[in-house]
Amino acid sequence: MTGVETVAGQRRMLLTGNHAVAYGALRAKPQVIPVYPITPQTPVLEKLLEFAQTGELTGEMITVESEHSAMAACIAASLAGARVFTATSSQGIALMHEMLHFAAGARTPVVMVNVNRTLALPWGFWADQTDSLSQRDTGWMQFYCESGQEALDTVLQAYRVGESVLLPAMVVIEAMYISHTLEPVEVPGEEVVARFLPPFEPERRLDPACPLSVGNTTTPAQWRANRLAMHEAMGQALGAVAAAGRLYGELTGRGYGATESYRTEDARVVLVAAGGMAGTAREAVDRLREAGVPAGLLRLRLFRPFPAAEIATALAGAGRVAVVDRNCSIGSGGIFCQEVRAALSALGQGGNPVLSYIAGLGGVNVSPERMMQIARDALGREGTNPEPIQAEGL
Amino acid sequence: MAEVFTNATQVLQGFKGVKKVSVEEYFTSGHRTCQGCESALVMRLMIKAAGPRTIVLGATGCMYVANTTYYTTPWVVPWMHTQLGSSGSAALGTAAGLKALMKKGRMKAEPINVIAFCGDGGGADMGLGAISATLTHKEYNCLILLYDNESYANTDIQASGSTPYGANTTFSPPGSVKRIMHNRWKKNTAGMLAAGHPECRYVATVDASYAVDMMNKVRKALSIGGPTFIHSFDPCPKGWDFDPMLSHELGELAVETGIFPLYEVEDGVVRHYGKTRAIAEGRPRKPVREYLLKQGRFAHFTEEDLDYFQAKVDEMWEKWEIPGVIPFWKEKRPAVPMP
Repeated sequence: MTGVETVAGQRRMLLTGNHAVAYGALRAKPQVIPVYPITPQTPVLEKLLEFAQTGELTGEMITVESEHSAMAACIAASLAGARVFTATSSQGIALMHEMLHFAAGARTPVVMVNVNRTLALPWGFWADQTDSLSQRDTGWMQFYCESGQEALDTVLQAYRVGESVLLPAMVVIEAMYISHTLEPVEVPGEEVVARFLPPFEPERRLDPACPLSVGNTTTPAQWRANRLAMHEAMGQALGAVAAAGRLYGELTGRGYGATESYRTEDARVVLVAAGGMAGTAREAVDRLREAGVPAGLLRLRLFRPFPAAEIATALAGAGRVAVVDRNCSIGSGGIFCQEVRAALSALGQGGNPVLSYIAGLGGVNVSPERMMQIARDALGREGTNPEPIQAEGL
Repeated sequence: MAEVFTNATQVLQGFKGVKKVSVEEYFTSGHRTCQGCESALVMRLMIKAAGPRTIVLGATGCMYVANTTYYTTPWVVPWMHTQLGSSGSAALGTAAGLKALMKKGRMKAEPINVIAFCGDGGGADMGLGAISATLTHKEYNCLILLYDNESYANTDIQASGSTPYGANTTFSPPGSVKRIMHNRWKKNTAGMLAAGHPECRYVATVDASYAVDMMNKVRKALSIGGPTFIHSFDPCPKGWDFDPMLSHELGELAVETGIFPLYEVEDGVVRHYGKTRAIAEGRPRKPVREYLLKQGRFAHFTEEDLDYFQAKVDEMWEKWEIPGVIPFWKEKRPAVPMP
């Protein structure tokens, strides 16, 4: 491995987001990796195959004929007792959809990276969050990462959390803005990771010495009990994500939570964003503060389970809230905004004025200036908006 | 050439006669398949042949839903449900998982059979691509067994790519506008898979009416190494509309009429076996009408329909490059007009 050693086996390297997550997967030592290509995710899996050729990665890499099969193989391998990894994007995750439900229902802690990319038609290759947000109800945990560094770190945390609550986890980065952008990334050493992530030793697996049947048909009551158990596990995941983020911070110096509040104290307007756009919003907040506008940022990192209480607390004192979505649920609007509004309403904070902005659809660039414009627009509006506001039209 | 690391397989010698077959059952009571269900018999014989050191994966279909109902299970071996089109990929995933864990010493390195079964809807239709991919992965030991009851039986009998010409299904009901609604000839699944996957060491067709042969093909498929494929022909009293007592007899008639040829392709060598071999060597085939007219699904057939069906089966025996296996002709093929 090239790069500069920083602390305890940690190396600083110049990596794309795709290669950063590949290093995360390498450190997790997955035993089975079904691979299938799709732009812009392919370099993740290509990098893992390079690791296989250098002998750094010893898991079974299996080339399959579709994303549907990739996920079916992940589920079966996980039930056999193996730690598994794969990556996908866009049409690929759409094709996987039924198997995503299946993986969660089978309680297999698969970890998958999804690179947010537009869904056809029309065909495109650029960032849009709809592909993974469409998988909202599949029972997968979802992490939206701001950088390649965070994505690498989150892959490791996703394994730790997923294997403790037996739910699959998706680590999401945006096409091009993160997947193909080079940045300095600290790759943790094997020993540190070994302290953070114990080997996968599931209590139940397909073992002829102790036979069990998995995935039988159920009565309505049995099905209900199964779903409620998954929902309960998601609840446990909330605490597990926080604990894993803290422990990871102690070991590497980079801690993480379900959300991140940036300069929200006394803020009269709080931008809410997820993924790479949150980095742009952070820059906008700094510039607004310099200009005397008390702005803040609430970054959503964890989308499932949805950290509703944490969000409500973070936004409790906020004057105006502007949720910026790089997605659009056609016929309704921004998906993160729907969730934030629902959480605040459910927690008795329905009075918090939450404005919905759609920005950067289909990979359109969202500049710091655009984010500043959104914050200023939110400050100047009365009440809330029934229709989402198109940021590019401001 | 680099050595491909492959797990060892179990060495399962063929049973020399029915009296030598194990009395142990690994597919037991607790399922709710129909009376006369040949596919349930296939499950029972398949796992009896494979033995207890086996993991079975079942794609969605009647052999999933009717067997493992409401948290009950007839399987004494580990079993999991995989999705309709995923028998191939789930078999691959399981085999890869076992190999990785054994290679790293996380599991005792001993041969464990992996069998994924699918129906004709799951195997010949939706899952064909995944099965095809798996048959090229020669370093993983697994058997895909397709139980062909010639319809989507789980959802109450709809036409599949494996439904025979003219059969009455709920998606091909005969009526006054069209007497024959299902006018597609049955897909040649085993032949296509054998021809298209030169490194797959074993493909066979089986029929549980010839139980010892059937079990021995399963044992050979599991012993030979790498991914293998077996296509089982399963009369279905409900879907084909016949008296359940005739299941066994219809299984025999399908072979004796030449409609379902029994063969194995082992390391590239094709061998007809059983009564099919006798036919290939010149024994006359029974007329297809003896088979067709015992089933309600063909009750609407006219003499022309029976003649057409017979002509197509005759072609298969007289014109195909390898009868019942490879459909290429030595001469340009004249079209047989459909009635």
